[in-house]
Amino acid sequence: MSVTPSTAERLRHASSLIDQLPRAARPLPRSVPGADANGPEDVFAPGAPLLSEVFSSTGNCGVPVGFVLSQLPERAFQGAPILWIRDRLTRLEAGRPYLGGMRPGLRVIRVDVSRPVDALWAMEEGLRCGTLGAVIAEVWGDPQVLDFTASKRLALRSEASGVPAWLVRRAATAHLSAARRRWRLSPRLSLCDPHDPQAPGQIRWEAELFRTRTGKPGHWHLTPGPDRLEVEIPSDEVQDDRWDADHPLPQAV
Amino acid sequence: MSCLPSLPLPSDPDTRIQMRPGPGSEAARRIVSVYLPRFSMERWQRVLARSGEAPLEDLPAGLTIEGPHGPVLHATNRAAEALGVKIGARVTDMRAICPDLRADYADIAGDRAMLERLMLWSRRWCPWTCLDAEDGLLFDTTGSDYLWGGEAAMLARIEEAFSTLGFSADLAMAPTPGAAWALARFGPVRAIATPRTLAADLAGLPVRGLRLSADQTLLLDRLGLKTIGALAQVPRAALTRRFRASAVEDNPLLRLDQITGRLAEPLSCPEDPPRFSVQTRLPEPVEDPAPHLAALCTELCRVMGREGMGVRQLRLSIYRTDGEVRHLETATAVPSRDPAHLERLWADRLERIDPGFGFDLITLSALWAEPLADRQTRLGGGADDDIALARMVDRLTARLGPRAVSAPAPRDSHIPERRESWVPALGAAPSSARGDPDRAPRPLQLLDRPEEVHVVYAVPDGPPAQIVWRKRTLRVIRFAGPERISPEWWADRPSARLRDYYRVEDQTGQRLWLFREGVHGDGRAEPPRWCIHGIFA
Repeated sequence: MSVTPSTAERLRHASSLIDQLPRAARPLPRSVPGADANGPEDVFAPGAPLLSEVFSSTGNCGVPVGFVLSQLPERAFQGAPILWIRDRLTRLEAGRPYLGGMRPGLRVIRVDVSRPVDALWAMEEGLRCGTLGAVIAEVWGDPQVLDFTASKRLALRSEASGVPAWLVRRAATAHLSAARRRWRLSPRLSLCDPHDPQAPGQIRWEAELFRTRTGKPGHWHLTPGPDRLEVEIPSDEVQDDRWDADHPLPQAV
Repeated sequence: MSCLPSLPLPSDPDTRIQMRPGPGSEAARRIVSVYLPRFSMERWQRVLARSGEAPLEDLPAGLTIEGPHGPVLHATNRAAEALGVKIGARVTDMRAICPDLRADYADIAGDRAMLERLMLWSRRWCPWTCLDAEDGLLFDTTGSDYLWGGEAAMLARIEEAFSTLGFSADLAMAPTPGAAWALARFGPVRAIATPRTLAADLAGLPVRGLRLSADQTLLLDRLGLKTIGALAQVPRAALTRRFRASAVEDNPLLRLDQITGRLAEPLSCPEDPPRFSVQTRLPEPVEDPAPHLAALCTELCRVMGREGMGVRQLRLSIYRTDGEVRHLETATAVPSRDPAHLERLWADRLERIDPGFGFDLITLSALWAEPLADRQTRLGGGADDDIALARMVDRLTARLGPRAVSAPAPRDSHIPERRESWVPALGAAPSSARGDPDRAPRPLQLLDRPEEVHVVYAVPDGPPAQIVWRKRTLRVIRFAGPERISPEWWADRPSARLRDYYRVEDQTGQRLWLFREGVHGDGRAEPPRWCIHGIFA
């Protein structure tokens, strides 16, 4: 999907950049709760009942799981169980969810499947049940069955039942999909611990929303706090080296 | 001896206890007593044999229960008994006699449940059976014996059936439960007492055969009344005076009357648990059960609704034209009698049943039913949230199997992987994670089994500097630790080593949780191992 940006796209993007200029001049950390609905942050509002896809840079990375957990609706921590589906390869490569490292109050029903088709079927069954807090499925690679039709079914079901659905894709390429939001996540080096210079301190992620139906695509640096996600526009995008080949333009929807 | 009543001489025949049949003796009851002398022990053998670790029968073994001063023996096998190990003695004392005695905990509740199942199972011989204390069964076989070729043949078959199950049984048949009980325990092998021979059969048995309490047995023993026959010689008036205020288990006279049938002792046999099964006979063999399922489920739910029960476990059986029978089972998390839900549980599984060249009979039976009251939780109708969740679990389990759908069961342990075990969600409602999380950071993902990695570190106990994991070399940029987690000495093998956990971050920002198992100089032959155990966000 890497297309060299046409002149019209460049122009459109330049104008959008100009719109953002007064805000981007100073990269303010913005907190998610209470952010204005028109800003780029509203894609971080937790608990949106739609299908989102999360791609991870490496197969066994923990960032997608952390990001999905930060985006769960509040009711998932107040008794509404979440359905957590993992296929066999993900279990081998990345293990199992460990509740000891998550926020307390989470009720998890874990489903271990061996085939990707079972993962999709279990996801649909879960989305049929409106009392769930969320449905998370982790699928390894690019299975044949996970095509546009399958993702469309999941997206429609999620919107009908009001249950957020998350598809974590590891070692996968972003083919055609009907997911309403598609993220690409990778870890960044953490900050120094102020009390121990050798230890990893505040962890940081890099998030790219490369396709979205509402709001604008974007590229952010995230700093997950204990109960909220600090969102920051990377400073290199504020400067003019945005047109570098290293930082291709976000794809239009 | 001054407290003894003055015993009149047994000269007057009318004052003696008559041990002759009462009126209507030709229609006397026939009671079978089954005594399972080593029931706990043999059940323990069966349980171990099922997992392929059955102990040799000639090694001494025993089962223990907790006593006031440590564990005491509850049951022993023949080898232990031959070496002088006694039931009721403390395990430590018996180990002094027999040092290689294997002692395991007795499962009293499991024994009881097994005995109840055996009671229902033995209704194959007669319709009325009931439990008899912890190690016996009583059957009322009046009128049933001709089906099995006579009384002696029936007793032989019952004994054979029990020994096929792995239980040694002592049996006896008599007109009263008391007499059958005594003959099974103290009489000859497979004794059969008729009303005519009852007095003679019982006369030589010890007074322990009267089901008296231990104190009364001891008292009778001290009085010199060693056998039931000797006791029967004592005039009634004297025994009545001596034991007039005693309850039945302390009263030799009442027990004697029960044995002879003078005092009625009815058996109270529990009813069969209700069975729910519906069937469809087909005029011609077909190969697809799906079109008949809706009617079967509706009929089963109607039958269960009449009794106020809901289904927990279902079995679908097809009877093929070639004589074979095929089964398919499914289960639900909460009792249910909703035909639509039950029908959907089969939806994806019918293809697993092998119809052969067709079948002409389908049965749908509830293997496990639980009471389910009709209740309305909302004024406006509609289902509960919990019901919807339980049905989702049912459907997932029906297709993926019970082990694939699990819920966390937190446990008291500080070893990370033991702290969180997963149990099938079908059995228990999903519980939330424990309230008090660890103070130290814990990873979001835990590898099922720690993966051994090659680590460069400063010997003896320096932090990791470079890790080779899954053929990739990770340079450690930052680390935190060590956090030492010791083995649980009460649960672990003695060879278990302590773990020093490190939280590390590599050059790409990936954050891992790894540990060094053991330290240099902890007295083990091998150098410490390094393992990756978890992945942080």
